[in-house]
Amino acid sequence: MKTANIKTADMKTVFKRTPVLKDCPTHYCPGCGHGIAHRILAEVIEELDIQDRTIGIAPVGCAVLAYNYIDVDMIEVAHGRAPAVGTGMKRTNPDKIVFSYQGDGDLASIGAAEILHAAHRGEQITVIFINNAVYGMTGGQMAPTTMLGQVTATTLGGRNATGEGYPLQVSEMLALLPGAIYVERCAMSSAPRIKQAKKAVKHAFQLQMDGAPGLAMVEILSPCPTYWHMSPAKAMAWIEEQMTKAYPIGKLKG
Amino acid sequence: MSARTLMCGNEALAEAAIIAGCDAYFGYPITPQNEITAYMSRRMAEEGRVFVQSESELAAINMVFGAAATGKRSMTSSSSPGVSLMQEGMSFLAGAELPAVVVNVMRGGPGLGNIAPSQGDYYQATRGGGHGDYRHIVLGPSSVQELADCMPLAFDLADQYRITVMVLADGVLGQMMEPVTLEPKPRRPLPAKEWALTGMKDREQNIVRSLWLGEGALEELNNNLEAKYQQIRDNEILCEEYRVDNAEIIIVAYGIAARISRAAVDRARDEGIPVGLIRPITLWPFPSAQISAAAETFRMFLTVEMSSGQMIDDVKLAVEGRCPVLLHGRPGGGVPTVDEILDKIRQLTIRSGAV
Repeated sequence: MKTANIKTADMKTVFKRTPVLKDCPTHYCPGCGHGIAHRILAEVIEELDIQDRTIGIAPVGCAVLAYNYIDVDMIEVAHGRAPAVGTGMKRTNPDKIVFSYQGDGDLASIGAAEILHAAHRGEQITVIFINNAVYGMTGGQMAPTTMLGQVTATTLGGRNATGEGYPLQVSEMLALLPGAIYVERCAMSSAPRIKQAKKAVKHAFQLQMDGAPGLAMVEILSPCPTYWHMSPAKAMAWIEEQMTKAYPIGKLKG
Repeated sequence: MSARTLMCGNEALAEAAIIAGCDAYFGYPITPQNEITAYMSRRMAEEGRVFVQSESELAAINMVFGAAATGKRSMTSSSSPGVSLMQEGMSFLAGAELPAVVVNVMRGGPGLGNIAPSQGDYYQATRGGGHGDYRHIVLGPSSVQELADCMPLAFDLADQYRITVMVLADGVLGQMMEPVTLEPKPRRPLPAKEWALTGMKDREQNIVRSLWLGEGALEELNNNLEAKYQQIRDNEILCEEYRVDNAEIIIVAYGIAARISRAAVDRARDEGIPVGLIRPITLWPFPSAQISAAAETFRMFLTVEMSSGQMIDDVKLAVEGRCPVLLHGRPGGGVPTVDEILDKIRQLTIRSGAV
């Protein structure tokens, strides 16, 4: 980084990139929430001082290349299977900190059985669930989490409950299970929301570090301006105005 | 457990896996291999190792994927329909080059089929049943002792080549009780698992992946995989020849079908019919060179299979049209008898004018 001819001794560092986040551009679209979510995650790993014993699981979806940005040991797995992979990792390595990072197509659709049963068994892993109500990587198709009326590549007239179902509330489902010890829904839609999301992610990791007996999941409502067909600023507002109706923010359990 | 013990194949292979240092077992119930899962649930707990009954075979193979990625010896077992569900994970294991052991105690198919013994999954096992350009090692034991002996070999091969090793048994081998001796075997010299995900303490980040989007990157991986597969073809083929001297007819059979064929060879020899047996133990890599050499000397091949004829394709590829290759196949849970095979041999002898 060039500092020009300014005397650095006279300057105070007010912000710096966490070393757990690699110093490189990401492939994410402008206004995407993954960048913020990655930074939260990386900062939490740094603050908890667990970089050298954390193993991360990248999903299939937009975050498939998360290992290019987050500097911990990581694996890329089949679509939706992250909680099963995490089970294998954590059971054989109870001293390691295992997290999965999954989108809504990955976790709520094709991997619904894996997340349900990992929670049901009380696997001691941390799950970061990015809900942007759409399939991003494949071109903006309907996800189980798509809002009613939302226009996607496969719901051109807007999602209709008849035949296409209602937005799937995975956090509410998991919160019913004794094996899920902590479930909180957060959002990327404003600075206070982001601060709260970081607090929740940190708590979810802390529980695993403390050996708490079960699965911790943080759902994060995250903007996808590209496939919501709106500006980044509008997308942030849409989370608050629309998404939170189907997905109320707050702690569901723990 | 070094004394000779009477055990069924499923339990013998499970104990052999434990002796071979299996760190983790993940499985879902399916007949006719349920003894493995039940045995492992008890014994792995006694050993302080990992046992998880998964919610599906999809989950089981992915649990294996996770444990294997951290460098642990891990395995799963299932039977035909369950192994079909595992194919996605097996393709990912191949792409990520992770060592894993998968036992398939085959039953009749297609579909739900039945729960009788079968060899109907030969194609799936030896061709790479999942998507993409890959292979895995397939072992086809033919007795309870050999089934047990396959387990330490499977774990060693998996670790040496960073590959999935499938032990392909069938309902007879799984259920049949025979005396076995189970004792620790010395491990091959094995490479350190420097690629394993153990947390980046004192080293750079490790990544386990199978996605290669860059121009030419996947082609390079595929070429590297093929080079590895060639190394396995060059070094790891196992095959038994039985009474092949002066034989006019060579039976090619594996697994329990080979065991039955062996008895038919003895009976035929008693009748003065010159028959021998070539028994592939590794089904991939297939002992093509041995079969090819035999085609120079012998007059006719008969494959005996508990299917409509699958391995016969590999025999024909090795024979390259130099001799007739015939089939005695019993699909759908049928098990060939010694008399049946002997009748077939007699017919062939009359037809070909052998003896």
